[in-house]
Amino acid sequence: MGKTSARDRMKNEVNAGSMADIAFLLLIFFLVTTTIAEDKGILVKLPPWSEEEVDPTKLKTRNVFSVLVNADNQLLVRDELTSIDDLRERAKEFIMNPDKLENLSEKPTKAIISLKNDRGTEYKTYLKVYNELLGAYNELWNDEARKYPKGGDTKYTEYSDEIPLDIRKEIKGKIPMVLSEAEPTSYGE
Amino acid sequence: MSKFQKKRGKASPEVSTASLPDIIFMLLFFFMVVTVMRNSELKVKVVTPEATELSKLEEKSLVNYLYIGKPMEKYHETYGTTPRLQLGDKFATVADIPIFLEKHKVKVPENKRSRITSSLRVDGEVTMGIVQDVKTQLRKSGQLRVNYSSKKEREK
Repeated sequence: MGKTSARDRMKNEVNAGSMADIAFLLLIFFLVTTTIAEDKGILVKLPPWSEEEVDPTKLKTRNVFSVLVNADNQLLVRDELTSIDDLRERAKEFIMNPDKLENLSEKPTKAIISLKNDRGTEYKTYLKVYNELLGAYNELWNDEARKYPKGGDTKYTEYSDEIPLDIRKEIKGKIPMVLSEAEPTSYGE
Repeated sequence: MSKFQKKRGKASPEVSTASLPDIIFMLLFFFMVVTVMRNSELKVKVVTPEATELSKLEEKSLVNYLYIGKPMEKYHETYGTTPRLQLGDKFATVADIPIFLEKHKVKVPENKRSRITSSLRVDGEVTMGIVQDVKTQLRKSGQLRVNYSSKKEREK
């Protein structure tokens, strides 16, 4: 009697073997569909807001690298119409002034980049310009980082988090990034 | 039939797989809980521009998102086609930013509040006017860490 009832129970049980497959299917579905969206972008620190007008301190014109982007997405660098592809090289040359030219910055610590745009400027262009300027500094920081020994005979290959904080601070002290953004003109909107 | 009888004789040598589904389900639930779904439905069209000098955003909970772009096609009738700001999951104006920031801020532990970053997800075609207004408002609200969201530029 006990034998038969046991057999009956076995027959009545739902086969749970495929449950694992179903769960696997779900798991794989979730694994595939969820894109771990890596959020990347250009990190910027905005200047604090102040009501008073910024005092146009007398800066030597040789120390200011003015970049104007107009509503037609054209670029005026130091009163010269420039292509965006040349911007990085020009900025680097201006900051470091390798040939000690009269009209470029006295030294990297005194270099100021002034960026101004119209309200009608496309965001795409603005970001590209910003990217190039940041890129110029990044390249300079990389160059600077290569001068520091990593230990042994090796040297750092680029400016990264690998470098100890004090050396990073030293590099940024030598070539500080000063980028001032003026209020945009309301042209083009 | 004879098969069954044979088996009943010995102790079953098979490892029970009955707990396998439970294990898999546990994994499944883990993934379901851990993966953060995009919490706000996009109402504006945003195609972020490409750039090369990117840095990663670290902690997701410290980031608030501001979207700027043209309203999606289905909202054209109600909201027009001029670029607009979206906060959370609804259209907003620049004046709503301080409250939005404050709402996010209270959820963040106090010692981490200085690291809150605003991610500006702005469509490339948008003109700087509205972006500038948003930036000004962020500065006024003391939210100075800003990330211009952009994609990695493909190698040429």
